[in-house]
Amino acid sequence: MELNSRIPSGPLAEKWDSHRFESKLVNPANRRKFRVIVVGTGLAGASAAATLSELGYKVDAFCLHDSPRRAHSIAAQGGINAAKNYQNDGDSVFRLFYDTIKGGDFRAREANVYRLAQVSTEIIDQCVAQGVPFAREYGGTLANRSFGGAQVSRTFYARGQTGQQLLLGAYSALSRQINSGGVTMYNRREMMDVVVVDGKARGIVVRNMITGEIESYGADAVLLCTGGYGNAYFLSTNAMASNVTAAWRACKRGAAFANPSFVQIHPTCIPVHGDYQSKLTLMSESLRNDGRVWVPKNKDDKRPASQIPEEDRDYYLENKYPSFGNLVPRDVASRNAKEQCDLGKGVGSTGLAVYLDFGDAIKRDGADVILRKYGNLFQMYEKITDSDPMVEPMMIYPAVHYTMGGLWVDYNLMTTIPGLFALGECNFSDHGANRLGASALMQGLADGYFVISTSIGQYFGAETISPVNTSDPAFKEVENEVDDRLQKLLQNSSDGPQGKVTVDDVHKELGRLLWDNCGMARNRQELEQALEELPKIKDKFWSSVYVPGAADDLNQSIEKAGRVADFLEFGEFMIRDALAREESCGCHLREESQTEESEALRDDDNYSHVSVWEYKGDDQAPEMHKESLVFENVTPSQRSYK
Amino acid sequence: MMSTIDLTLKIWRQKNSDSLGDFETYILRDISTDMSFLEMVDVLNEQLTREGKDPVAFDHDCREGICGMCGAVVDGVAHGPDRETTLCQLHMRKFKSGDTIVIEPFRSLAFPIKKDLLVDRSALDRIIQAGGYVSVNTGGTVDGNSIPIGTETAELAMDAAACIGCGACVASCPNGAAMLFTGAKISQLSLLPQGHPERKERARSMVAQMDKEGFGYCSNEKECEAVCPKGISIRNIARMNREYMKSLLLGE
Repeated sequence: MELNSRIPSGPLAEKWDSHRFESKLVNPANRRKFRVIVVGTGLAGASAAATLSELGYKVDAFCLHDSPRRAHSIAAQGGINAAKNYQNDGDSVFRLFYDTIKGGDFRAREANVYRLAQVSTEIIDQCVAQGVPFAREYGGTLANRSFGGAQVSRTFYARGQTGQQLLLGAYSALSRQINSGGVTMYNRREMMDVVVVDGKARGIVVRNMITGEIESYGADAVLLCTGGYGNAYFLSTNAMASNVTAAWRACKRGAAFANPSFVQIHPTCIPVHGDYQSKLTLMSESLRNDGRVWVPKNKDDKRPASQIPEEDRDYYLENKYPSFGNLVPRDVASRNAKEQCDLGKGVGSTGLAVYLDFGDAIKRDGADVILRKYGNLFQMYEKITDSDPMVEPMMIYPAVHYTMGGLWVDYNLMTTIPGLFALGECNFSDHGANRLGASALMQGLADGYFVISTSIGQYFGAETISPVNTSDPAFKEVENEVDDRLQKLLQNSSDGPQGKVTVDDVHKELGRLLWDNCGMARNRQELEQALEELPKIKDKFWSSVYVPGAADDLNQSIEKAGRVADFLEFGEFMIRDALAREESCGCHLREESQTEESEALRDDDNYSHVSVWEYKGDDQAPEMHKESLVFENVTPSQRSYK
Repeated sequence: MMSTIDLTLKIWRQKNSDSLGDFETYILRDISTDMSFLEMVDVLNEQLTREGKDPVAFDHDCREGICGMCGAVVDGVAHGPDRETTLCQLHMRKFKSGDTIVIEPFRSLAFPIKKDLLVDRSALDRIIQAGGYVSVNTGGTVDGNSIPIGTETAELAMDAAACIGCGACVASCPNGAAMLFTGAKISQLSLLPQGHPERKERARSMVAQMDKEGFGYCSNEKECEAVCPKGISIRNIARMNREYMKSLLLGE
């Protein structure tokens, strides 16, 4: 497998501009001859579909919900970074680039990250122009707040609902294109497979979730904007329907998968409260602007928080990292929370929680100010836990949140399948081994609004795309395979549920295995154990899962079953990747590789690369390739947030 | 403090749009009061699955009150008894052991039922497609700080923009109107200067689409505001009415 990142030559700050000039264009009058499929209509998908349609391409967009506005991008809370330097505190494109590369623990491509920082400012302008109601200062200018991993205030926000407002902006642009006929929107369609003809991605096969029908759609290029795979862990901050199916199916068709073990565990989520728990709720990182993280100094101190005086509290992040304090990057904050709980100092009924305390902020700024900043987040917390953060400290614990790993893409966001592109969280490209807060929104929109149009122009301009449509036998072949897989999911169900397991039963088992053995802290022994256990869980699924109902009907059970089947296969990639990377970097902590202060100890000599995994068949181990990472503009250093 | 309760559920079951539906009764025991309403329905569905029965179909996704997918009428109130709370955010501590809970879909002429509690709300998308946007292509936009927007306007616009498109307003309106939904989007875009150039045409087109979809008219019942999980105010309806009137009277 050949990996050509196609990074443009020249100085870092000029690469993107020169690339745009060097890239082929498609004449406006010719654009309508090309059809692009966009799968997923979150930030990356909606912005891409809208932008390409505005340019004149024909676009077919697909989402599995009843409306594009339901994508999980909607739930992002805290904000979006941009290098505007409105606050005059030292920000710049280079600084945002540097913070992001360092935050990623020097495991991302310089060129991609620089471009991200460069277009970040245009994203804000675009959103404002769409009527996104960002928070404003009294004089009418855009407000900013601070976020983890940065010492400048560069995050733009709309209360604690920034993701919602950005998505609605992209959705409104998409809606305008649907109205004008440029985009045809297909709701309630789940992509089941990609169709490759003569080595190029030429379409998709979907399942209509209302009728159960299998449908084929042809195109000249396919964009996957299908989000992350956090739900492999069963419990995550992802939405219930978030899944790896589209990316995984593409992987099985030849799209290599990069760094699958790079999973971000977000430090501030509401702790688990029971066995029936369906997901973990994120409490925005922006809370760490004003909240102070602490545990009782003494592990036997079981007094309620209000009764523990200052001198008996361990503000462990502030003590350990004086210059970043509570705003250390997520991986650092999460591991420290785990460490405190492992030491027995955790709070709450399970002991798996730490305090996030607003007492001092309320005293300092007043209740009104704190409520205005975080009101809706506090309300969300109270609904779930029945406790008011204005009165007693929040309890939080790390939870799976974001996946830095994803389909491997080159500088044009194209995967190893020509014509198949990956945008947003489903690609691996910009965040290295750890994503900074407020940068996922930035990346999804950067990819969709500003990068893909150049890439598509280059692809259509440079390649000869021969006419292919759904009558090509390749489509029928894939449709049959999809149908077979669906029938296979039902193979144990004709004789009733007795002695069988449900899809959720298996999903929970998989989730527990991955969380325990391939979670915040990993080691060889537990990873190898996981590799042995995983096939047993997979066997249990295929030999005894009971799925009610039929495939040719609205059937939410078969939907879940298909997604879990794919997680069971994909899980192997995650574990193998964690095993193969015998260093620690960012979110990936191998216990065998730590500094004296228990921070991630990188091994740049041997691991300064992207691990790119190629699927070799259901009964074969995947093959790993390496994309070497070269740092010409930053010097990889041991990350310190002290 | 957490406790466990037993419940009787009466849930609307309907095979598809072409079939008649009816209520079915289920008993659930030992439900933790820390559970969310939808986690309770998950428990029911696992139980039904293990009994070889058809689980209840319902829309849901984020489970944190922001995507607008979930929604049902619980004991006659859209999203249930708790104010400014979506169905997924409602927790079982709001109920007592021995309660009977009646659960129905968001019914309205413009929201055909697809299965059980799952309805088709694409009419709301079509209203947005008719004008719920600012006509600006990607790129070439001015610096974000070029047009100052005062905090009061920004806050009102954000209040209106907070609509999650769940349709609870439609479901609880005795007339089946979508005024709060449409009004919220029109308000956001008429408050913000970016929306001004198109404000008249927007008001006309969105209201026309709303009527075309078969939504009812507003007679100031205020049921919509009462159940809106995001606390959207009916002042947004008043604002929409003003925008609409101005566009008719002043023309363009």
